[in-house]
Amino acid sequence: MVPLVRLRSVVCLLGRFPALAGVDLDVVSGEIVLLTGPNGAGKSTLLRVLAGLLPTHRGDAEVLGHDLGVDRRAHRRDLALVGHETSCYDDLTTRENLRFAARASGRDAAVGDAALERLGLGGQADVAHGRLSAGQRRRLALAVGLARDPKLLLLDEPHAGLDAEGRVLLAEILVAAPGEGRTVLLASHELDLTRPLATREVVVVGGRASGRFPPPAPDPVVSGVDGAPAVIVEPAP
Amino acid sequence: MSLAGEVRLVAGKDLRIEARSRVTLAQVLPFGGIVLLLFAFALDPDRGRLAAVAPGLFWVAVLLAALLAIGRSFAIEQQNGARDGLRLSGIDGAAVFLGKTIAVAAQLLLLEVVLGLGVAVLYGVDVTSVVVLVVAGVAATAGLAATGTLFGVLAAGLRTRETLLPLLLLPVITPVMLGATRAFESGLGGEPAEAWPWIALLGAFAVLYVSVGVLAFGPLWEDS
Repeated sequence: MVPLVRLRSVVCLLGRFPALAGVDLDVVSGEIVLLTGPNGAGKSTLLRVLAGLLPTHRGDAEVLGHDLGVDRRAHRRDLALVGHETSCYDDLTTRENLRFAARASGRDAAVGDAALERLGLGGQADVAHGRLSAGQRRRLALAVGLARDPKLLLLDEPHAGLDAEGRVLLAEILVAAPGEGRTVLLASHELDLTRPLATREVVVVGGRASGRFPPPAPDPVVSGVDGAPAVIVEPAP
Repeated sequence: MSLAGEVRLVAGKDLRIEARSRVTLAQVLPFGGIVLLLFAFALDPDRGRLAAVAPGLFWVAVLLAALLAIGRSFAIEQQNGARDGLRLSGIDGAAVFLGKTIAVAAQLLLLEVVLGLGVAVLYGVDVTSVVVLVVAGVAATAGLAATGTLFGVLAAGLRTRETLLPLLLLPVITPVMLGATRAFESGLGGEPAEAWPWIALLGAFAVLYVSVGVLAFGPLWEDS
């Protein structure tokens, strides 16, 4: 199967600092890949590189069939990155922000409305973003991701700030993702919540990705550019 | 979505945000009015001189207010990582440029109408050609908005953007200020026929900077 994401020895420099120091990674369609690792390991950077928001300085990166070394924008219509912020405008309402996200990604405004209901934000549909609580904003961030109807959904610490109901909704989104034609990469420290849902776990340490979980997933990950040993994550019992 | 559709989407979004926040009405417009009023107080003893320099004072007031509007156009993209969201949407950089330029131009035109009435009342000028004023105003506004949007994105990602934007923009915008002032002199008590070469200059400047913006804004938007 042709991988949706294919990284080979990818290096990303933030200034002179190698935030990614030689990442190899293959992700095939329908996978839910959990990225783990300590703070500052490069998980968020990896997601931003996949989204094309950060450049690759060495190595080969292909996402959704597009070579990021040639064009970092061509694949964006088919992905969404849910980061630490909502990507919304304070003076627009929840509904307006979601409709804008949907239409800007070439989808119908109804896709934004569907995302609004799916994340349980119907009651806040006409509330300006600037008046939402922190927890409601986290839900909205997820809704914005769904409003783009992406093939590749990139989630960076999606559980942060979510209440119990929000976490259940997130779990439902992850479970439903393969059936909806979505592939997911999520970076998380909430291992108890995410490991049972992930098809594979990749450990990012020192800007390098390694490890696999559970077998027999595709063998996507090798060590960094200098041949550092791979960290193997044991399958959960 | 077509380029025109993307332009409409971005312009509509920016204008809706400004309509909600009322920054243009509540801050930019009063700021322009205060500038006009200060000039009137400073030059009041010489009423004749006030009418003579009214076109220049009007455009200085518009320019200062435009700096606020342009800065605001990019400040809203700094909220909540909205800029990354817009970049990730895949909307063409040219569409973002044109949409933002149109939104800024619409706000400036509203500002100019109100400030123009202020000039008429405060400075006591005679209008000799409304057509000249309208055509020159539209051409100058297009150039000002396009140039401001292009230089606005250069400063957008920097912490010093508030001070850097005027530093970058003011020298470049000199032909617009010169042409608009001369054209308005002809339309306000002067000979209207003398305005057209200046209006042609304003039109050429607008076409130049809209073209440069369409080509250059995308890469700047990506990397700024």
